[in-house]
Amino acid sequence: MSFLEYAAAPESTALLNLQSEYGLFIDGEFVAGSDPTFSTISPATEKHIATIATASAGDVDAAVAAARRAYEKSWSTLSGRERGKYLFRIARLVQERARELAVAESLDNGKPIKESRDVDVPLVAAWFFYYAGWADKLDYAGLGASPRALGVAAQVIPWNFPLLMLAWKIAPALAAGNTVVLKPAETTPLTALLFAEIVQQAGLPAGVVNIVTGAGETGRALVDHPDVNKVAFTGSTAVGREIARSVAGTSKRLTLELGGKGANIVFDDAPIDQAVEGIVRGIFFNQGHVCCAGSRLLVQENIHDEVVERLKTRLQTLRVGDPLDKNTDVGAINSAEQLQRIRQLSDIGEAEGAERWSPACDLPTEGFWFAPTIFTNVSTSSRIARDEIFGPVLSVLTFRTPAEAVAKANNTPYGLSAGIWSDKGSKILAVADKLRAGVIWANTFNQFDPASPFGGYKESGYGREGGKQGLAAYLQAAAAAPAVSATAATAAPAVSATVTKEVAR
Amino acid sequence: MSIDKVVNSAPRAIEVLGGDLTESSLKRYLNGIPGVDAVGLEARAADLGTRSIKTTSKAWALDTIISLIDLTTLEGADTPGKVRSLVAKGLTPDAGDPSCPRVAAVCVYGDMVPYAVEALGAFHGDGIEGGINVAAVATAFPSGRASLAVKLADTADAVAAGADEIDMVIDRGAFLSGRYGLVFDEIVAVKEACRRADGTFAHLKVILETGELNTYDNVRRASWLAILAGADFIKTSTGKVAPAATLPVTVLMLEVVRDWYRLTGEKIGVKPAGGIRTSKDAIKYAVAIAETAGEEWLQPQLFRFGASSLLNDVLLQRQKLATGHYSGADYVTID
Repeated sequence: MSFLEYAAAPESTALLNLQSEYGLFIDGEFVAGSDPTFSTISPATEKHIATIATASAGDVDAAVAAARRAYEKSWSTLSGRERGKYLFRIARLVQERARELAVAESLDNGKPIKESRDVDVPLVAAWFFYYAGWADKLDYAGLGASPRALGVAAQVIPWNFPLLMLAWKIAPALAAGNTVVLKPAETTPLTALLFAEIVQQAGLPAGVVNIVTGAGETGRALVDHPDVNKVAFTGSTAVGREIARSVAGTSKRLTLELGGKGANIVFDDAPIDQAVEGIVRGIFFNQGHVCCAGSRLLVQENIHDEVVERLKTRLQTLRVGDPLDKNTDVGAINSAEQLQRIRQLSDIGEAEGAERWSPACDLPTEGFWFAPTIFTNVSTSSRIARDEIFGPVLSVLTFRTPAEAVAKANNTPYGLSAGIWSDKGSKILAVADKLRAGVIWANTFNQFDPASPFGGYKESGYGREGGKQGLAAYLQAAAAAPAVSATAATAAPAVSATVTKEVAR
Repeated sequence: MSIDKVVNSAPRAIEVLGGDLTESSLKRYLNGIPGVDAVGLEARAADLGTRSIKTTSKAWALDTIISLIDLTTLEGADTPGKVRSLVAKGLTPDAGDPSCPRVAAVCVYGDMVPYAVEALGAFHGDGIEGGINVAAVATAFPSGRASLAVKLADTADAVAAGADEIDMVIDRGAFLSGRYGLVFDEIVAVKEACRRADGTFAHLKVILETGELNTYDNVRRASWLAILAGADFIKTSTGKVAPAATLPVTVLMLEVVRDWYRLTGEKIGVKPAGGIRTSKDAIKYAVAIAETAGEEWLQPQLFRFGASSLLNDVLLQRQKLATGHYSGADYVTID
């Protein structure tokens, strides 16, 4: 037998206690949606998991109204310390239900259980713990004494890290004293609904957290709602643009976390084995469904062949398959639609003359699958070197000098992340200084911590999430206008001006 | 560095570094090897440690682990009786299950070799089915603080007494002070001392004592140095210094033998020793071997565990797989 064909080690789904149908979570209760329901499926098997409600414009209105009531009646009257207690309670409940949440996430999203278990869910708890600690220390957030909450936050999140993105949005918003209405992605609503149960378990005052499920229409109704004070969106640049347009001219504050085409720069003095691991983590982590993925490998020309050869050897040990198997490294592509896009862009890459390579792997017949893929001989003008693929596809390019590496890394409309691999500290600092990216990793990739701000340059969006900076997105200085109903507030020209300027770039 | 002496006996170094083998060429070569990022290496090792090895894979892994063990006793209190008992345990690890595989070798001090050879009798040597090798530690083990003449005599003695494998220690003091040539020459000389009367060689395992080398960069350089000088195996530790074998260090050494194989097509063995006490740990090593160097390294010619208490824990796990329930310490034998 081959030892490497490890016997199946499936994580049990027995501890999942799912409802067959989920409503909308509004004002502390699950209520039916007004529009026709939809089905959420497992991308690994295409099997139905649960029936999910669709929030109509009227439902969104009810959710925003609940959030407004909760903001005015309960949440804004609590001390920071009391808010912090609730957040600590949520964090502990996430830890208690960690396995259940991890299984649900892998089932609904298709990501390997080892990632949802070891990365996503622990980070979710960490995010709530971190911002729980901030709730009574807002005076030190950098906005002067007694900063004020904004009011009701409308939050729209993507499908790649469903629960983690929820935590990134909800934890700082609540710590700062806002109430929220959150819309999870259409393909991955499950863990947000389990989170609603946790909110109930934690005894959070009704209406502080509202979850509305649905597709683009629901998101649009939420973002456009006149009574929200803040819009936070993570997702594609195209949708981000649309949101920026709709928010422009209103008093709504906006943060956008959009796409990326991260450069992973490997110098010839890099710790080579760790660099190979970092390349793998950079692009094949979460099937490459990562906005800050290291999707462009920039490798110094004199070590190109060696790095590619080592990378190919390493990829042969990647295990693609059942997301719930504890030994799976690469899971399923989240949706048929996304698979289609990955296939299309990969075909374009091949047509444009790049050399395509994938390790031999048997992909399951059911579900949405795409083998880890490397493109070599990619030119800077290839579409696969320009467009965000959002899948397990790596484009390998070369450079000769640090200056060329910087120029090529920055030569993208995006600016979310970058990685630098070198054993020479001074070189890392010099290069990092010139890269226009919100996050730069040195000799590592795709590491996240709640204390570290995350966000983009250029078309990757604006605003920061995480750290003290992440609080600023949900606070205003005490001197600013009190957070009354957004319809009554006058437009804040400074904010809209920023929006217009950023979009125009 | 005494070039004249080593030129003929260090064919690998000459092949890789070229003919003008000098202390400085050796140093340049070793210092030119890419560095190791400690955080990344440890993260990789931890990641390999999360593999979930169940059912048939676990059964195979446990049997394989037993067949890779160098069952060891290296105490000042060792006696012929203790060595005989160790040999008996190596031959029949599980008294209740004759299908249990035998260990790869017994590892003893040089003066105990004759007793081990005698106790093994017809089961001595790996040329025969189910045979067990005798490994002897030599070269003023564990510190290596003796003159070269003493180290060579120590080695020759053990080989003459019938040792199939010599576990030598490098001069860590010389390595840490940058005298790579001295370390190299000693390994070459010990290798020569492993030559038997009939011209064959006892297998040479070179102990780096990674706990004293302290940095991963040092471990990687020392691994290359040992291989260039003629090591058949590179071994982590004596077991007398903490930390002994760790998973990251072993992964690093597996990467070196993998790279050596890529470069030359020659396979070198790896032996972590000391501190591996549980089946769970040993399975992590098995995963690391398979995913770093490759599955073909999971054989006694290319991988060994230097261990004493590991065997019984593996036997308990093996019994548990067979019967479905845990037994206890009294259901495995002490040696």
